[in-house]
Amino acid sequence: MRRTAIATLFFIGLIAAWQALALSGRWSPVLLPSPQSVGEYLCVSLKDGTLLGATAVTLRRLFLGYALGLAIGLPLGLLSSKSEFVEDTLGVLALGLQTLPSVCWIPLALLWFGQNEGAMLFVVIMGTIWSVVIATDTGAGTISPIYARAARTMGSEGFHRWTRVILPASLPFLIGGMKQGWAFAWRSLMAAEIYVTVLTGFGLGHLLHYGRELNAMDQVVAIMLVIVLIGLLADKALFAPWERFLHRRWGTGA
Amino acid sequence: MLADCEPVTAPGRHRLIMFQESALFPWLTVFGNVMFGLKLVPELTRSERSEIAHGYLKLVGLAKFAHANVHELSGGMKQRVAFARALAPDPLVLLMDEPLGALDALTREQLYSDIQRIWQARRKTILFVTHNVREAVCLGDRVTLLSPRPGRVCQEFTIQLPRPRDINSVELAEYASHITAALKRHMALQVVE
Repeated sequence: MRRTAIATLFFIGLIAAWQALALSGRWSPVLLPSPQSVGEYLCVSLKDGTLLGATAVTLRRLFLGYALGLAIGLPLGLLSSKSEFVEDTLGVLALGLQTLPSVCWIPLALLWFGQNEGAMLFVVIMGTIWSVVIATDTGAGTISPIYARAARTMGSEGFHRWTRVILPASLPFLIGGMKQGWAFAWRSLMAAEIYVTVLTGFGLGHLLHYGRELNAMDQVVAIMLVIVLIGLLADKALFAPWERFLHRRWGTGA
Repeated sequence: MLADCEPVTAPGRHRLIMFQESALFPWLTVFGNVMFGLKLVPELTRSERSEIAHGYLKLVGLAKFAHANVHELSGGMKQRVAFARALAPDPLVLLMDEPLGALDALTREQLYSDIQRIWQARRKTILFVTHNVREAVCLGDRVTLLSPRPGRVCQEFTIQLPRPRDINSVELAEYASHITAALKRHMALQVVE
């Protein structure tokens, strides 16, 4: 309760300071839009549906790409932990490509897929996949061998062992990798949307881009706020439950 | 080695192993751990599984801890859960590899009486590996001495003490010193060779 109050006060203070700076008139409203004008933009764009529409487009791309990235990355990571050959080939490739900022895929993606959903999806998948591969590989490679032995003596083999023992046992690593994959996917999608106009749907990145083109800084700041908010919500909704589960079961954390 | 006229080559559902560490899965509750092996027995229904798991948790005295997390248990409690988990799928033989080695002395003594009580209730064949001669005499009907590398049978003793046995009783100590003497003779021979 006290912590909620402190957080609320902090953000109210922040907005108040921002408003005071905007009102002081030292900077033009184009450079520093007031919280009021940002709020007005948010209200208007919520009412006419542009904001919700753009959010829906962006989130659909993100979730689809992220889900595909997980679906490809998890098995590859498991494979890499199991086979030396895969580890020496794909594992090294993953390590290398993970260091490549996923924004760098955008030019190639445009060339290969054109200005469409395919390119967006590709960039998001490339952002997700390598972190997930590396985390799964590390997770499955460092679990105590006693778990696998105990599972084996109870008759758990093959697919059952992978899904009921190896994967849950590597959960502490997996969640870290999935969070990183999510962060990379989110960043690369925003970059792609700002960078490229895709005719199949206007996302949040496009709104931000056109805000800049039109010198509508209230729009730019409002979209930035929305992006931050989505990031926060995603963390709380997608990963916090898993982390709570992890701390409860493993007895880690507070 | 033959079991029911079939050669034994690998571990599996009919010969469960209990290790020195409990090897409980931290991502499952106590109940989930006991259910793990049961779920791999195809001929059971869901309600039968749950009933068996609760039954064994009760047998090891941890019925109240069914929904506890593994990290909340003490070392002795963990080994009891591991015991319940190993017994639940009803293996032909239970192989215990120094399961009490990592426990403190008091907890271990408590588990001696627990294992005897459960053994008397279930009559499961248990192969119990230990370096502690008293422990062997306390729990075993037959005590077999194995030579180190390669592990060959040196000598076998039959223990005819009434159950439940107390690890601190004088009769048990006599048996144990008898066996320890034999063990030392074998070791002396080994050194000479």
